[in-house]
Amino acid sequence: MTALSLRNISMTFPDGTQAIDSVDLSVERGEFVTIVGPSGCGKSTLLRIISGLQKPTSGSCELDSKSLGYVFQDSVLLPWRDVRKNVELNAELQGVPKEQRQESVQKAINLVKLNEHVTKFPHQLSGGMKMRCSLARSLVSQPQVFLFDEPFGALDEMTREHLNDELLNIFLQEKFAGLFITHSIQEAVFLSTRVIVMSSQPGRFISEHPIDFPFPREPNIRYSAAFAELCGRISHDLKLAHA
Amino acid sequence: MKPSSQISQNRRISTIVLPVITFIFFLSIWYAYAKFHYDNPVQRRNALPYPHEIFTDGFLPLNDKVNGLRPILGYMWPTVKVTFLGLLIAVVLGVFVATLMNLSKGIEKSLFPYAVILQTVPILAITPLLTELFGEELGVRLVVTVLVAIFPVITNMLFGLQSTDRALHDLFTLNQASRWERLVKLELPSALPSLMTGIRIASGSAVIGSVVADFFFAKGEKGIGYYIRTRQQQAIQRPEMFAGTITASLFGIAMFVIIGWITSRAIRNWHDLNLTHRQ
Repeated sequence: MTALSLRNISMTFPDGTQAIDSVDLSVERGEFVTIVGPSGCGKSTLLRIISGLQKPTSGSCELDSKSLGYVFQDSVLLPWRDVRKNVELNAELQGVPKEQRQESVQKAINLVKLNEHVTKFPHQLSGGMKMRCSLARSLVSQPQVFLFDEPFGALDEMTREHLNDELLNIFLQEKFAGLFITHSIQEAVFLSTRVIVMSSQPGRFISEHPIDFPFPREPNIRYSAAFAELCGRISHDLKLAHA
Repeated sequence: MKPSSQISQNRRISTIVLPVITFIFFLSIWYAYAKFHYDNPVQRRNALPYPHEIFTDGFLPLNDKVNGLRPILGYMWPTVKVTFLGLLIAVVLGVFVATLMNLSKGIEKSLFPYAVILQTVPILAITPLLTELFGEELGVRLVVTVLVAIFPVITNMLFGLQSTDRALHDLFTLNQASRWERLVKLELPSALPSLMTGIRIASGSAVIGSVVADFFFAKGEKGIGYYIRTRQQQAIQRPEMFAGTITASLFGIAMFVIIGWITSRAIRNWHDLNLTHRQ
């Protein structure tokens, strides 16, 4: 079942730079697609178009359902709200009645393992915990389509790998259609069922790599030969994208 | 003693000792000046009294009903009332105007130039007009106070509203938040720290405004400005005049400190401002 489909999306900014050129993409539920590409290749713009924050110059974008999850580059938390209240925000703005959202809020907090920190404020949290909180906020409405705009880019290697493991567990439970953006090839290969390499100016999809490791994935597949080979091939394509 | 705590203690001493040295230096210049001018009866009217006279003649006569600490505090009360009430009106009005400006560029463009003009109009020059419009009692004192205090409230509030995080705006857009929700749940709380800065600046202006109003409007309940003005007219009452002025200025300082304290209490949960200031 196709949850997200993009047809011939192009985006030219008012100053004339062509950010995205004829991108086609469809993602099904239970698929986790990652786009890697050089900075400024229009990856984030693509997510903004899918979410409706920006209108494409041409092309069409179809979403299977209204429930969309969006995790930003930063955690984007309200500094005056504690963890629980932050997790509640999306559902609250969407008009879900208070009694109804309590249960899903608690469930999301459990999923990201923030139980012990629900009364803390964002400035008391580490970078990793802030991202968990941000993730939980999107999980509350059980999105069918989940967009991730380089969410773990600012975290250290250990925290990032740890969150990757947990994100995959959540993915297995929720079975959404995932579209993830990152600079890290290892992260892309570990998380995805498919990795797409994007070139810059104009942003085009130049190659696609199916990742066939079975789920659930063990953290140590990162050190297998097959994993390294996939990384090598994607890295090779990325160098072409830079050229 | 550990070196680190020694350093922090040295730092604590220096934060007390250095201002005291400045104060002693300043005081000795004052004494020198008073020695040459105040003792000369011809120049007396425009000179400074000796600092200790401000204390002994200005504040100390405890049982005097006309001069000294007791009447000063009596005259302070109306000033305190006008200052607080004026500041409150300036804050409510300023927040309202800034919020309107934030709602539409059109409103901002049509109102902002007048906010600037309001700030630059010499209030003293238009006192006859103000008397004509608002009389000479409480009303006009409040108007003067609001006029001098509202500008920093408007500009800081507007700045706070407009510098709300873009990503947070995106988040609210994605969740189809209404304009009202965006204002109440995002923009107003975001603007709170800069609003508090604006109120802090406005509080100093409000004290000056309410004191100056006493100089020009003679009816109604008279505040410390009246006390200062009447003592100003007598060369012999320099110490009394300075005692009144210092009291008014201490009130301004107290407002500044109290509002700073309220600010750090109000936003202590969501910013590291307190910590960074202390370091």
